[in-house]
Amino acid sequence: MGIQLYLYLSAILFMIGVVGVIARRNAIIVFMSIELMLNSVNLTLVAFSAFLGDVTGQMLVFFVMTVAAAEAAIGLAIIISLFRNKQTVNLDEINILKW
Amino acid sequence: MLESYLPIFFMIAGGIAFGVVMLKLNEFFGPRRPTEEKFSTYESGMEPVRTARERFSVKFYMVAVLFILFDIEVVFLYPWAVSFRELGYQGFVTMFVFIVILLIGLYYVWRKGALEWD
Amino acid sequence: MEITISDLWQSAPMVSLTLTGLVALLVESMKGGRTTAVYGLSLAGCALAFVFSLWSLGSEVIVFNGMILQGGYASYFSMVFTSSAFFTIVLSRPYMQRLHREQGVLYILILFATVGMMLMASAMDLIILFLGIELMSVCLYVLTGFVRTKVTSNESAVKYFLLGAFATGFLLYGIALVYGTAGTTNLKLISQSFAQLSGNSLFLMGAGLLVIAFSFKVAAVPFHMWAPDVYEGAPTPVTAFMSTGAKAAAFAAFVTVFIRTFAITGTPISEVVAFIAAASMILGNVTAIAQSNLKRMLAYSSIAHAGYMLSGIAAGSAEGETGILFYLAAYTLMNMGAFGIISWVEQQDDTKLTFDDYAGFSAQRPVVAAMLSVFMFSLAGIPPFAGFFGKYYVFLAAVKADLVWLAVIGVLTSVISVYYYLRLVMVMYFRDGNATIEERVPGFAFAVIGVIAALVILLGLYPSLVVDISKTFFKL
Repeated sequence: MGIQLYLYLSAILFMIGVVGVIARRNAIIVFMSIELMLNSVNLTLVAFSAFLGDVTGQMLVFFVMTVAAAEAAIGLAIIISLFRNKQTVNLDEINILKW
Repeated sequence: MLESYLPIFFMIAGGIAFGVVMLKLNEFFGPRRPTEEKFSTYESGMEPVRTARERFSVKFYMVAVLFILFDIEVVFLYPWAVSFRELGYQGFVTMFVFIVILLIGLYYVWRKGALEWD
Repeated sequence: MEITISDLWQSAPMVSLTLTGLVALLVESMKGGRTTAVYGLSLAGCALAFVFSLWSLGSEVIVFNGMILQGGYASYFSMVFTSSAFFTIVLSRPYMQRLHREQGVLYILILFATVGMMLMASAMDLIILFLGIELMSVCLYVLTGFVRTKVTSNESAVKYFLLGAFATGFLLYGIALVYGTAGTTNLKLISQSFAQLSGNSLFLMGAGLLVIAFSFKVAAVPFHMWAPDVYEGAPTPVTAFMSTGAKAAAFAAFVTVFIRTFAITGTPISEVVAFIAAASMILGNVTAIAQSNLKRMLAYSSIAHAGYMLSGIAAGSAEGETGILFYLAAYTLMNMGAFGIISWVEQQDDTKLTFDDYAGFSAQRPVVAAMLSVFMFSLAGIPPFAGFFGKYYVFLAAVKADLVWLAVIGVLTSVISVYYYLRLVMVMYFRDGNATIEERVPGFAFAVIGVIAALVILLGLYPSLVVDISKTFFKL
């Protein structure tokens, strides 16, 4: 199996993530779409790493995973603090500032 | 090479088939008397009260967020542990610094009371 | 693959700031939460890192197995970041005390964000670049939402976080494609094989995704949507930090990748950057005219300034880089000063932020009004202030790189910008009113803004002070 299939798959996953960010209005689901984007990149990195026989890509995947976890923690905390003040996570209702 | 896996394949296939056949036999022969009690959510024998779709206490989020943070760091410990001998002294010191930084973070979290339930 | 003591010693600015941050975190954890101690420690840490950077300015070395660049270019940017952090910490204290939200962790987050910025400027490997951007961004997300009882602060944090994380996705995909085609993440190795890589469409796609990600971080059109809202909603000192330090860091990474690593002159990448620059200058300046809120006005003006600096990157030359380096130093000073004074006048409930609230300011507070005028003149690019030479150098670089149309747009839009910057000066001096600063401003903060104003004038009179330094970096 060539590397192309992996690249196509991860490109499709990435695009699904991008569309999710643009189309969905719930902050949590938008965030999940972003996570999908990051993980599709991980797939690309691992595929390239195997293809090139080079370990750097896999190393980068580890960093992406940990950074994504840190981002998830921060992001959830921010979304919760908004929810406590506004009782909503719908992005259309986040409108005190002009979006 | 692949032939040597054949018994395992049969084993798995046989296992799945056995399970499916047994379930289907049960469905076919067993009596069915649905009651309200049987359809309710199982909560360790307690009577379910209220809906399950309600808001959790924010404390759960706190624990979850901290869990994500400290749990994922193991991803760095694993490769280090596997190649501990090759990395030697240098790897040990590097990882030591990493763990110390994490511990400072944990100490902060602890002193700020984020680990306390009440 | 050894890490040596000399590696650590040569990275003294970064290492010292990290250690200060960790010690400050321990102090903050102790009983009684000694906020003043954390404040002093953070200021000392910034000052120490600044001194270390100044000291290592002369020699450029690559440490940590080709991963990190120290000295020279990296030290120059470290100086910009640490001064930005220093000013931010000084300005945040009275601001947060007024809101009764002062916590030591605010200063610690600023320190760690600064470490992230330093990593961005010194990255010689795409992995380090990614880690630096993330360290900075994650701290900034929290800082933006720091006043967690205020809905505007929450909202802007959510927006910044979601769009910032979205940009991270593009950055990573770009890194992945560059890695896949170049076979390495090391920038030096990539630059050696750039000539044959630049024909590879997958590589160009990766570079394009990197342009998108960096444009997000510098707030350039069409990836600027987050900037006005986030700048308006964030606590004003944090806005100052974002628009100076974070923008400088994003430009440091932009220059590292697109001028120092990729020779983009004459490639499609250069054209794309030139269009982004033109769009940012036009949209930023035209929209800024319509704003009545000063923080929003400065947000759009910062989009326009990103456009001016991007024309230096589109030029892709040594002159372009020198211009950007000078511009960033000048921009950091003048924007920090402007936001600093705005944070004094502003009230707790987000009022007193419009132009009208400055009527008669010059009569009540003549010195502060004069300093604010200096910053506005400098932002407008009127000689002899620092902002003028920044623009002069980047436009000169654009002209030399046959991008005359870009320089023309730059000059024309600068003329537009004079209108809204000087409008504030007009209101302060020629309209009657009793605008003033109601709370007492600490003498230290006052002195710091005075120093910034002096530096803006000094850099305008003697631009060669900085330009000569940045010119020496091209021996790498």
